[in-house]
Amino acid sequence: MNMQGWAEIALTIGLAALIGWPIGLYMSRVWNGERTWLDPVFKPVEGLFYRAAGVNPAHSQGWLGYTGALLAFNAAGFFLLYAILRMQGGLPMNPQGFEGLSPHLAFNTAVSFVTNTNWQSYGGETTMSTLTQMTGLTVQNFLSAATGATIAAALARAFVANRGEGVGNFWADMTRTTLWVLLPLSIILALVLVGLGVTQTLAASTTATGLEGGSQTLSLFPTASQLAIKQLGINGGGVFNVNSAHPFENPTPLTNLITAISINVLGWAAFFAFGRSVLAKKDVRALAVAALVLLSLSGAAMYAIETQPAPALVAAGIDASANMEGKEVRFGVPASVTWAVQTTGASNGSVNSMHASYMPLGGAVQMFLMQLGEILPGGIGSGIAVMVVMAVLSVFVAGLMVGRTPEYLGKKIEAREIQFAMIAVLVLPLAVLGFTAVAAVLPTALGGLLNDGPHGLSEMLYAYTSAAGNNGSAFAGLTANAPWWNTTLGIAMLMGRFVPAIAVLAIAGSLVVKPKLAPSTGTLPTHGPLFIGLVIGVILILGGLQFFPALALGPLVEHFQVLGVVAGL
Amino acid sequence: MLSQLRPAIVMVALFTLLLGVAYPLAITGVAQWAFPTQANGSLVRNGEGQVLGSALIGQSFAEARYLHPRPSAAGEGYDASASSGSNLGPLNADLAARIKTDADAIRADTGATAIPADAVTTSASGLDPHISPAYARLQAARVAQARGVDVGVVQQVIDQNTEGALFGFIGQPRVNVMLTNRALDARFPAAS
Repeated sequence: MNMQGWAEIALTIGLAALIGWPIGLYMSRVWNGERTWLDPVFKPVEGLFYRAAGVNPAHSQGWLGYTGALLAFNAAGFFLLYAILRMQGGLPMNPQGFEGLSPHLAFNTAVSFVTNTNWQSYGGETTMSTLTQMTGLTVQNFLSAATGATIAAALARAFVANRGEGVGNFWADMTRTTLWVLLPLSIILALVLVGLGVTQTLAASTTATGLEGGSQTLSLFPTASQLAIKQLGINGGGVFNVNSAHPFENPTPLTNLITAISINVLGWAAFFAFGRSVLAKKDVRALAVAALVLLSLSGAAMYAIETQPAPALVAAGIDASANMEGKEVRFGVPASVTWAVQTTGASNGSVNSMHASYMPLGGAVQMFLMQLGEILPGGIGSGIAVMVVMAVLSVFVAGLMVGRTPEYLGKKIEAREIQFAMIAVLVLPLAVLGFTAVAAVLPTALGGLLNDGPHGLSEMLYAYTSAAGNNGSAFAGLTANAPWWNTTLGIAMLMGRFVPAIAVLAIAGSLVVKPKLAPSTGTLPTHGPLFIGLVIGVILILGGLQFFPALALGPLVEHFQVLGVVAGL
Repeated sequence: MLSQLRPAIVMVALFTLLLGVAYPLAITGVAQWAFPTQANGSLVRNGEGQVLGSALIGQSFAEARYLHPRPSAAGEGYDASASSGSNLGPLNADLAARIKTDADAIRADTGATAIPADAVTTSASGLDPHISPAYARLQAARVAQARGVDVGVVQQVIDQNTEGALFGFIGQPRVNVMLTNRALDARFPAAS
């Protein structure tokens, strides 16, 4: 550990929040339909889309209508992507002649990209044609991100309304977020990244003859255009097998800094957009501080962990102050661990180092961050939405202590809201622990493991955590491209995405009709340090207690094994 | 939900055209015009225009006169059509055995006592083009001997090809193996 490392970690995490702030204020204007300077470009496109689709963007839908539109849109996206994946072999722009995908892999991949998870049971450069990468995967990178944003936009309207009716129009929220926010930012980011060395060509590969005469086939792809939205949309599905560790996706420390910041920018932006839309900037700032504190502490812990002596290096008598297995020289430990906490805290799931080769406690931190519910700061909109659920549960807990009906942002929190909040929070342990428990005793499932013992359990626990948390990163030792894994991980992704989404929209539907209350002397202030502490406590207790036993059997056991091995050398 | 069917299908179709066709093609067009070298993989060519590799992608080196890269888990080693890490956990017996073998080989090769961690660990991509300056320094004597030149001159070439961290703290100091080896060939053409 050194000062440079600490500075790099602090700069990366801090800059993302800082840049997210103005973009969030802009995003709020987009959600509210206020005037922006991009209107002359996108208003005509927007109008064309609405007319073709036959929707009236001014019609404010009830929460059921909004949810129905969201589900229909995602279902249509799923079927189109599934079809592209299955028929890939017969479609054009497939220079390597890749076959169509098997039914279970196509199901898993289509669910994965539609749910913003981007779990990849395949290696990109050995499975997907150029056409699939562009028209299939890139498109859902945008649309799944926009879908997440709509949840926050609807929830914001529910909080701000005074005995209102509708929560907004799904089609307008989705279209506007895509056109005004995601597309322009992606265009800028993609071009900057190409300039810094990321590939962008329709050619699939080229062949080189090395200095020693050996032949080397270099996979190329239109990488930058997909990389940009993969990061900004908090998707995480790389063009290449090793994702952002690949030198063509992430060639230099500068591209690493830029793409690492991009993981969190729009997650933070959605926090600030929500705050502006609800006219509760202070309260949302408190939630952002809670998230930032947890994220920073995780980064510091991870840096300390990955500079501990790695047993295999110690055994060979090597300077073991950096666990470099599965890490790139140009990034080193600080840039690798920063990315690792950002990607797991934010449901991104892209990697620039191999998580499977982290020290046991490093892997534990990664899983723990996902198990907290992907709220540090999480996906675009989905992060702040679940964070608000945490805040609602916090005021409920506080309300129980003092015996008052809790309020949050001027709305009474009653039984119905708490029921849906608990559903949103409890589906994660149900999917993660339930599936892991079954897999742990099923020979079919265990056949996919690379490592045995507690690390093998970690591979499975990580996989279901990543799927249900819609993260998508992996302990890549697991060979997941098999019917059991593809199918159950697909189901876990669907549960982790749509159950909380529907629950949050139900909360929105319940809140929107309630009167907006002015704060009284009895109202618990929800912007001070006391409340920040309360929210952090609720997040840690919900995330920590539910998953601690499973983590104890996996990474914690392995940690003590490592201590034993290192001490015995 | 059924009434939403038409907008759902139309929206998915229109956005596929916009985001799946127009957007990547437009980016490709601008990239190929503005940054043709980078967009096509930062390829390195020799005098005859033959492609030697990419400045960004590592390749295998085994001859004594060249700097050697890190071990690689991509295919048979530095297979740039199948990137991969080892994904071995910290206590995996295969990992310990591999590191032990590689460390012994480097000690025999260089006579070094202290070996930097990057020399015996596989990278995340299996295509890491870099090694640490410490590992390059370790190999300088072997390279100099194989080329029949002074070790100081080899170290000079290595130093010229060493990149520092951006602003002193973003990223790590590193030596690009292929570019350094090319520079060595250029500096000592008789040896090659």
